[in-house]
Amino acid sequence: MRRGPWLYLAPALILLITFTYVPVANMLWYSFHKWDGLDVHMTPAGFGNYVRVLTDEQYWRVFLVSLYYLAASFAQIAIALYFAVVLSYNVRFKNLFKGILFFPYLLNGVAVGFVFLYLFQPGGTLDTMLRALGLGEHTRYWLGDPDIANLSLAGTSVWRFTGLNFVLFLGAIQSIPGEIYEAAEIDGANRWHQFRHIIVPGIRRIISLSFILAISGSLAVFEIPFIMTGGANGTRTFVVQAYQTAFQFRQIGLASAMAVVLLLIVLLVTWVQRRILPDDEVSLS
Amino acid sequence: MSGLARTAKYLSLVLASLVVLIPLVVVLFAALKTHAEYNSTGPLTPPRNWLNLDNFVTAWTAGNMLRGFWNTTIILVVSLTGTVLIGTLAAYAVSRFTFGFKRLVLGLFLVAALVPGVTTQVATYQIVKSMGLVNTQWSAIVLFLGTDIVSIYIFMQFMQSIPRSLDQAAMIDGAGRFTVYRRIILPLMKPAIATVVIIKGIAIYNEFYIPFLYMRSPGLSVISTALFRFKGPYGAQWEAIAACTMIVLLPTVVIFLLLQRFIYNGITAGATK
Repeated sequence: MRRGPWLYLAPALILLITFTYVPVANMLWYSFHKWDGLDVHMTPAGFGNYVRVLTDEQYWRVFLVSLYYLAASFAQIAIALYFAVVLSYNVRFKNLFKGILFFPYLLNGVAVGFVFLYLFQPGGTLDTMLRALGLGEHTRYWLGDPDIANLSLAGTSVWRFTGLNFVLFLGAIQSIPGEIYEAAEIDGANRWHQFRHIIVPGIRRIISLSFILAISGSLAVFEIPFIMTGGANGTRTFVVQAYQTAFQFRQIGLASAMAVVLLLIVLLVTWVQRRILPDDEVSLS
Repeated sequence: MSGLARTAKYLSLVLASLVVLIPLVVVLFAALKTHAEYNSTGPLTPPRNWLNLDNFVTAWTAGNMLRGFWNTTIILVVSLTGTVLIGTLAAYAVSRFTFGFKRLVLGLFLVAALVPGVTTQVATYQIVKSMGLVNTQWSAIVLFLGTDIVSIYIFMQFMQSIPRSLDQAAMIDGAGRFTVYRRIILPLMKPAIATVVIIKGIAIYNEFYIPFLYMRSPGLSVISTALFRFKGPYGAQWEAIAACTMIVLLPTVVIFLLLQRFIYNGITAGATK
């Protein structure tokens, strides 16, 4: 008896289509309508929703907020790369440091949000430490001041995600064969030369992947601002705005147009990445 | 290496460790203080009594944490079992059968991996609602099963490293396709299954958006949403919120200390594939 492959594939395919492709198709359809998500009638809106997303300040401003997170993720990549290089050589307490640096990545996002709410409170941990260091005049409303709130949140994001980049870099560095370093050392290369000519080329793939993930990740920030400020004081990100538009103000059409714009940007970024970095290792069967 | 460079290296490592640990340690301090003590001491002052667990008791009972852990566990067990079964079956079909539309199927999985789940949530919500799953645990379970392309990827990659000659030998001995899957492939997939269970388990334990959006009723709280809700009524009592936060973080600390090596490997395998 021959049972075809479809029986084995069916559960995965049905779920894939139901929860990825049908939503994407519906979203496109909703995005050209004015709809509250309940009414049986959807009013066609043409490109109205898109025009609003791209012209109304309330909607395009959220892209500017993404820039804070984008800048933060570059800092995150630099910090992670530094520590990955340092810890790939012989260091005392290597595993302890490795564990400490990576650990935040595993923590629950809501818990991290609360930990940093506590840290940034007026008179909280950060203010107390600044005072102890004699920098008392630099205390401010870390989350209440629109000039600084996004920096505080982006800093939280760096704290939370550096560990992921760090572990990925560390893994890549350790997969470079040891003989290459030995040969380089015989040739008189110092640590900087080794970093510049062995490590960076050796992990180029993972570094550029990190930049791509940084861009799409910065556009999709949700948890940290939603939990810590609820989007107040100018900290609303694209996804927080889309969430509020859809589920609080019930403008499903408009929220869908936002989501389509976001999806297009992410696909574009990915496409550019594949062009720059043809990915022959991921070819399936 | 010169002494100066060595000092700078260790200094940077210690500094980074402090940056990671201080925010967490001060929350632990707060969690162990009494209300009066919290109000009269600074955040960096250690608690007077290290065994004052009153706040933990308050958080555990008032925050309904037991229910949160229970709901999280159910969702974890069902979703992980489902992911492993569905993913390995699909990977088996793709790597061991030749059939028409195979390229199309692979393409569908490939493209779906590019669509971030958070972008489609507006439309996905309407689908889950039309299935009548909103405000049931099934909403989270079907979404964790349905939007997980990474696991299928990991299974497909791993299955290619299992020699086909093993299947063929078994088939010559008269085993059917399903027997091959269950008796030969599944046991050999253990390392990949461990990877998926670890990275997906961590992701589900930490997930906030899906339970927050789909499981509004308090009885359905998972660990993230239970903590989020706890802040409402206890907003003025930071020592209680701190204790609740610690309760959520504690299992992660324990799991990490026990499974460190596997977690590093799992994350590396999961993120780069």
